[in-house]
Amino acid sequence: MKIWILRDYSRCVGCRLCEIECSLRHEGLVWPAASRIRIYESVFGFPVPYTCVQCDDYPCMASCPTKALSVAETGAVLVDESLCIMCGSCINACPGRIPRMVGGKKAVIICDLCGGNPACVEVCESAGFNALRLVRKPGGEVVKAYLNNPIKTSEDLAKKLNVF
Amino acid sequence: MFGFWGRLLDIDLSNGVTRTVDVPEEVFKKFIGGRGLATWILWRELGSRWELINPLSPENLLLVLTGPLTGYYPGIKIVVSGKSPQSNGVIGSTLSSELGVELKSAGYDGLILRGASQNPVYIYVDNAGVQIRDATPLWGLGGLKLVKELNRLLYEDVRVERGLDTLPSYIYIGPAGENLVRTSVVMSKLVHAAGYGGYGAVMGSKKVKAVVVKGYGPLPKVSDESGFIKLRKEILNELSNRMRVFRYWGTTEGLWYTGYVTSSEPVRNWIEEWHDVRSFTHEEVERKCWIKNLWSDWGCPTSCMKVSRVFDGARSYVTDGPDYEMGAYLGSNLGVFDAVSMVKLSALADELGLCGIQTGNVLGFAIELFERGYLSEADVGCDLRWGNVDCIMKVLHNIAYKQGIGAVLAEGTYRAALKLGERAGTDLLKYAVQVKGVAVGAHGIRSGLDYPQKIAYAGSVQGGDHTSTAGRPLKSTESEAFTAFLDSAVICFFNTVDIKKLVDYLNVVTGWGFSEEDAYLSGARILTVQRVLLLLGGPDVFWDPREHDENPERFYEPLTSGPKKGEAPKREEVRKDLISYYGELGWDELGIPREETLSKLGIEELAREVERIRYRVRP
Repeated sequence: MKIWILRDYSRCVGCRLCEIECSLRHEGLVWPAASRIRIYESVFGFPVPYTCVQCDDYPCMASCPTKALSVAETGAVLVDESLCIMCGSCINACPGRIPRMVGGKKAVIICDLCGGNPACVEVCESAGFNALRLVRKPGGEVVKAYLNNPIKTSEDLAKKLNVF
Repeated sequence: MFGFWGRLLDIDLSNGVTRTVDVPEEVFKKFIGGRGLATWILWRELGSRWELINPLSPENLLLVLTGPLTGYYPGIKIVVSGKSPQSNGVIGSTLSSELGVELKSAGYDGLILRGASQNPVYIYVDNAGVQIRDATPLWGLGGLKLVKELNRLLYEDVRVERGLDTLPSYIYIGPAGENLVRTSVVMSKLVHAAGYGGYGAVMGSKKVKAVVVKGYGPLPKVSDESGFIKLRKEILNELSNRMRVFRYWGTTEGLWYTGYVTSSEPVRNWIEEWHDVRSFTHEEVERKCWIKNLWSDWGCPTSCMKVSRVFDGARSYVTDGPDYEMGAYLGSNLGVFDAVSMVKLSALADELGLCGIQTGNVLGFAIELFERGYLSEADVGCDLRWGNVDCIMKVLHNIAYKQGIGAVLAEGTYRAALKLGERAGTDLLKYAVQVKGVAVGAHGIRSGLDYPQKIAYAGSVQGGDHTSTAGRPLKSTESEAFTAFLDSAVICFFNTVDIKKLVDYLNVVTGWGFSEEDAYLSGARILTVQRVLLLLGGPDVFWDPREHDENPERFYEPLTSGPKKGEAPKREEVRKDLISYYGELGWDELGIPREETLSKLGIEELAREVERIRYRVRP
């Protein structure tokens, strides 16, 4: 079944426990820069969680010259580290520039939904914030609404409340 | 080394030379990090001529330090330190900022800023190195305006070609820090402040507007990986399932609780410590001001912050809760019992980069002088009476820009009392609620229902700092020694669990194999060095333990209202408590460390400094 991480900006407290747990699960280290989910809080008090939305048409995968990207049963994009040549095509193809190349990593990093049980969602729930929730993947273009530049989104949220 | 790099970044602003400094693990084992490491650095670098160093001169150091638990333990704090322009000793001033994690990700445990720049600059640090950049367009800005402008500059640093990255993290000063106001703070994220110590002025004296750090790498490896993951999960769950009050109300809840229940809230410059005003409660602030009820810091499940916003004509004022200290000091302490005005004052203080506690205290002091006739409308420029919000805002502004009476009040309560007392030809220190140049936090000691120790502030190495209070049994979580340990491992007080787990946490991260005893011992060591540097003091003020290890005069006036009406500590008890507390720490009756204590703590070299104190404080 295809799953999806529903992100509720109004509930996000900006604690970044998701980043920490993500990096611990994937890298075994506290390494926020290598987290597959990131929090953008350009206006303080208005954090925006931002990670892969699993577009229906997977432009990243289509752009990959070495076929290093594939789609898992969960709908997540998987990176074959042995094939990735860090060319950056997927980053350019992604409407949200979400794949990242991090110094010290041999391949591009993209959210893999932790095989169906995302660490970020787990910790957000257990901490009682529920800004991230696991849902069945919504069909169509709606997921792309979460691809707006999060630095801007944070500012927009603040502007709506007349604080910026 | 596990949990830290053992590497500091040393930036000389006078000539722009930067270098990395290696700190041996032995030093960390003795002084842990954060407050302890700051104390060690300041002692080693400046100790031999401490009395001569003006805290606002280029000779002083500004330290921004993490601890071994920074980034590993839930929640985040960093320590800002240096020779304090308030106490003239060392204060480990903590604030919440992601800067700690960014620093460690960039490969450093902290920064040493020395010298002073000619022109306004901000410092940009990442894994590739340091840049000292022009901050002329930022100078003079504070609050949202500064954030907007700095963000605009930093957008250019955000990497996009390697995937969209986040903005770097930064700490900064407002106009008050630039103008060398002694009650100014180092800030982050609009509302967080390293308040105690007055380090905003130290940063301003170096002409550093902001320190920006972006780290790309991982944090250092931990010693026991599986132990770390297990303990982290356990503590995270524990923290997530408690602290309901903090999560729902933040410390804002204290506006009512500390006032009405424990009767220890500053009301009108501490003339009272109790109130039953329903318009001054956390519920009122929530109903009228909060636009976001949960806001957290890096890695913190407690989430004690909120976002407040108030409209006033054309502009809006934005701040957090405000937290209890800020709210009490800029509310009840000034006779302002209206939630909206209090939020406005707090937001303005944040914007100007002023410490809510220190500035609220000096304002309360000024209002009392006005009411008593020691200050006139000609002095102040408006009718500075209890609760006159418009006038208070004007004076707050004047303090930040050192205009008119603001120039005197900008020196902080103690120094302002000396100056105004001289002018009035009478002792005004009796209205100054401060200890050793540091205004006391918003927790009174008279009722005994909040802080039970009568020497909480009188015996503290950080003066009026309510987060480092003396007098609790040495081997308890609330003792000053343990506080010093926590400020050095650098974790947030609100996220502490039992001592055994905390020490275990340090062990799984660093592999040091500390016992609880070791933790206390390191705390005592840090306190001892801090005490000695505090007593050295200078150059403008010196502390004599016989005179200054004392409560503010006001605390001996019996409470005039509330459940503990009539209560006040007795002077002879205070003296007795001090002596027994000093004894516990291995200090003599004046609180000067004994020689055998120095050798027990492995800081024999401190004897030279102790000698100088004994010479000055001779019978």
